[in-house]
Amino acid sequence: MSSIGTGYDLSASQFSPDGRVFQVEYAAKAVENSGTVIGLRGKDGVVFAVEKLVTSKLYEPGANKRIFHVDEHVGMAVAGLISDARQIVETARSEASNYRSQYGIPVPLKYLNERVSMYMHAYTLYSAVRPYGCSVVMGTWTEHDGPQMYMLDPSGVAFSYFGCAVGKAKQAAKTEIEKLKLADLTVKDLVKEAARIIYLVHDELKDKQFELELSWVSAATRGRHEMVPRSVAQDAESTARQALADIDDSDADDM
Amino acid sequence: MAASVINTYADPSMPEWLSAPHSTGTSIMACEFNGGVVIGADSRTTTGAYIANRVTDKLTRITDHIYCCRSGSAADTQAMADIVTYHLNFHKMELGEEPLVQTAAAIFRELCYNYRDSLVAGILVAGWDKKKGGQIYSVPIGGMVQRQAVSIGGSGSSYVYGYVDANFKPNMSKEEAVKFVTNTLTLAMLRDGSSGGVVRLGVITESGVQRSVVLGDQLPKFYEG
Repeated sequence: MSSIGTGYDLSASQFSPDGRVFQVEYAAKAVENSGTVIGLRGKDGVVFAVEKLVTSKLYEPGANKRIFHVDEHVGMAVAGLISDARQIVETARSEASNYRSQYGIPVPLKYLNERVSMYMHAYTLYSAVRPYGCSVVMGTWTEHDGPQMYMLDPSGVAFSYFGCAVGKAKQAAKTEIEKLKLADLTVKDLVKEAARIIYLVHDELKDKQFELELSWVSAATRGRHEMVPRSVAQDAESTARQALADIDDSDADDM
Repeated sequence: MAASVINTYADPSMPEWLSAPHSTGTSIMACEFNGGVVIGADSRTTTGAYIANRVTDKLTRITDHIYCCRSGSAADTQAMADIVTYHLNFHKMELGEEPLVQTAAAIFRELCYNYRDSLVAGILVAGWDKKKGGQIYSVPIGGMVQRQAVSIGGSGSSYVYGYVDANFKPNMSKEEAVKFVTNTLTLAMLRDGSSGGVVRLGVITESGVQRSVVLGDQLPKFYEG
């Protein structure tokens, strides 16, 4: 860490001589330590999957959720500091709600993304605040524009994606996502793929326990963002476990 | 208030039209057809009984594909149209695409409702967008908003509700719709003292707006007793 001790990493409002803002880079580090989050955009909708690391056995199942409803038609999956992320969710929700009451229609994701990005970016500009230690993925499906998905960084940069991954195992997850023919797959297939990828990239040695969170927004849900129904989720999860067991078996055969 | 200020309302020697506000005692109409909407209006603006303008244009552009028909106070509705135009231009830049008719209607509604105690405005918002095609939203005094396939407004409209109910058909051709709007407005202008002049028309489709005017001597003839 060449940045430490130079003094240029103490404030988000100061550049280092080689043109970096260290506080923003540290915020990105906070995201890298989080459980993996993936978003897949298929032909008829968007699927979110989150590897929610359970840090204590004393937590109730389902505590500290990482997938949120922003509006009826927009879902958000978050990686990084959960408390920071909740504040972003809150901001996005009020943006969506204000848009609805002002313009009489659901907020277009493109617009919402721009607003939330601007908000996050503002926190990289001033010495009195720190950047948000979270990345968020937002997705929707509309009759008119089909599926859309954006991923937003602590720096305030956002891109539209076919498939994206963020968190601990983002590299491994991205490699897996790249193998998928996303444009041909429906959300039904994608839920299975998403579950499989999360199980695959989960590091059993470092993080023992995790919960898989799954949600979707698609033509089949009539454009509403919903948590994947329990039966479908359990199905996807057992398929994922089976796929993992098959890999382990074939590894054993190779030995 | 200073004593030198003359209260024109109380002074009977002052002509009434000096103090009465300009208002578009009006006949306006909008009608969906199979490729868009036809909008129409009379052209009379009155100051009390005095005709302040006999060739007014009450069909006001909001965007290339959204127009409004104004009735009520001329000042109020012009100001509102300007504000909505500003909002939609801004919104168009932010979104990078043409705003929806519904969005325009929602902004009119917001203004109408929030300032309902001070505004006198009855507006028909009509236009075409790629999401829902031709649409008409009626925003009457008080700040309601309601989508309608055909809508009439202004003081002249009371005389022609029956005519509209009897003659409107869904999915008319453009020519049928233009004829229907012209007839309805002519009938309204004949009965309503504060409507008159020429009939101004606009046809809004995917390709934009086509404006036209039917002069007084070219209006369709109806029984006049």
